[in-house]
Amino acid sequence: MSRIRLLPLGSADRDMVAALRPALEADFDAVAEVGEIDLDLDQFLDPRRLQYNSTALINHLQGRYASIGGMRGDSPSLLAVVDEDLFIPILTYVFGEAQLGGRVAVVSYHRLQNERYGLPRDQGRLFERLHKEAVHELGHVFGLLHCPARECAMHISTYVEDIDMKPAALCPSCRRQLATLARA
Amino acid sequence: MKKSDTGILIVDDELIVRESLTKWFREDGFRVDAAENAAAALRKLQGGGWTLMLVDIKMPGMDGIELLQRVREIDKSITVIIITAFASVDTAVKALKEGAYDYITKPIDPDYLDHIIEKALKQHELLQENQQLRDRVSEMATDTEIVGESAEMTKVMDLVRTVAATDTTVMIRGESGTGKELVARAIHNQSARKYFPLVTVNCGAMTETLLESELFGHERGAFTGAQYRRKGKVEAADGGTLFLDEIGNIDTKTQMDLLRVIETKQFTRVGGSDIVHSDFRIICATNRDLERAVKEGTFREDLYYRLNVFTIELPPLRARRGDIAKLAHFFVEKYALAMSKKVTGFTPEAMYALKAYDWPGNVRELENAIERAMVVTCGPMVEREHLPLQATSGTTSEGKRLDDVEQRHIERILKETGWNISRSAAILDIDRVTLYHKIEKYGLKREP
Repeated sequence: MSRIRLLPLGSADRDMVAALRPALEADFDAVAEVGEIDLDLDQFLDPRRLQYNSTALINHLQGRYASIGGMRGDSPSLLAVVDEDLFIPILTYVFGEAQLGGRVAVVSYHRLQNERYGLPRDQGRLFERLHKEAVHELGHVFGLLHCPARECAMHISTYVEDIDMKPAALCPSCRRQLATLARA
Repeated sequence: MKKSDTGILIVDDELIVRESLTKWFREDGFRVDAAENAAAALRKLQGGGWTLMLVDIKMPGMDGIELLQRVREIDKSITVIIITAFASVDTAVKALKEGAYDYITKPIDPDYLDHIIEKALKQHELLQENQQLRDRVSEMATDTEIVGESAEMTKVMDLVRTVAATDTTVMIRGESGTGKELVARAIHNQSARKYFPLVTVNCGAMTETLLESELFGHERGAFTGAQYRRKGKVEAADGGTLFLDEIGNIDTKTQMDLLRVIETKQFTRVGGSDIVHSDFRIICATNRDLERAVKEGTFREDLYYRLNVFTIELPPLRARRGDIAKLAHFFVEKYALAMSKKVTGFTPEAMYALKAYDWPGNVRELENAIERAMVVTCGPMVEREHLPLQATSGTTSEGKRLDDVEQRHIERILKETGWNISRSAAILDIDRVTLYHKIEKYGLKREP
């Protein structure tokens, strides 16, 4: 059984991260827990872009993996959740980033909030979006690639409406692939 | 094309850019590699298998534009997208002029990156498909049914090759059944117009008004029954070749209309006033004596000179007997395949008969004869009695050649003597060995 450790960082909403735990356990048939670590996110802030470098954050978490992995038994997959706006240097923004077939991923709900698009605040919708992106990034950590099926959480989403159009669940093909990868 | 078969090469001197893009495309399932400069990229290109390149414009040493030029020299099928830190019209124009598919500005909007890659790959796929189809057309265009290795046909094919490369009007002359339409098709297929249609009009098979409508089309209501506007063959041949078969049979009015359209490449549909343009090449064919028709006033002299620019004379089959065996085997293979029969060739007697016959209907008659023979043949070989060859008289020389006369005479003497070789040789005043040779030569056999 896979293990997932959720790490709310900075000002991330702890209650929302806690609510992710049972959802992800069901999605991946995994055991999940929420952990806390002391980390100042400002070290990843790019002052020119006023955004946070997700690659640097992932590399930092990977470097501290031994001390923050936390769970006993199998090495857990770490999913950091932040409210900060993330970027990778070549792109204007990212919703999240993951080590493909690795152990660490990060997801931000900064651009998933309705308010950013001039719409009324909707916490239910925000949680749905965060859940989908969390499944997506963890899917990469477990070795899954983008899926051409629109009815799959692994379908690529480059803007928020894209996320709304896909489900939080994996399609049967990605589910089968996940099982194969888990056995391997 | 599967994403895993699509190779993307990222060329950028910044490690973080290479790593970010590699990761981005890898998550999408592409085969990705990265190079830190142009020289490394060129080395990686040597291995082949690249579909798309993302190239940073500003790199130490060889810059992105120069690399783009080198890539275009090595493999034009690779789609190159230029990455630039600052968008400027100059840079964009230069990159696009050098053959880049597009350019993107750093940092890239992920949605735009996704979109541009999808569009570039779609275009790459269409270009590949287009190239494959072009190759296939070229391959098919060289598959010709013109069979023959005789000096006469070699000369014809040389002329076909020579004239195909030009846009010159060609007149093909020859008896009925000599393959004039095949030669027209060969010219078209070897010309630059091969990707456009070859439109055939059989001028001899139509009445004056029908031919006019067939050639130029008609507007709705132009005549009773013209319920819709219809494009004519001249319009349909736009970009391609118009093959006018039996040109000698067209009436005086259509001759005039045709002359005008050949000269101006424009015309009006029957019942219409709009001028229609069409860019076509003319190939025509006739088995009539056009010079005589001009003298008699039934064929316009000006049209004759317009059409008779480059003439290809097709020899009758009896003038290239050396090709009969090859043609016969070609048709046996063709019909064996079509009829799913395991017929592989001819008995010596059947082949002898084919070679001896005069073929007044030329290759068409030979093909028809073999098709009919293939219907009745049950064994692996076509036999003499399967061939529907009839003795011809009058205009042909069948049976009048010295060999034919000799064969019939020897056959009669052998029959009279009950195939007594010595007596027959004595009557024929030749020695026995010579008679045996003649029997073998003509494939003569004693009837049971």
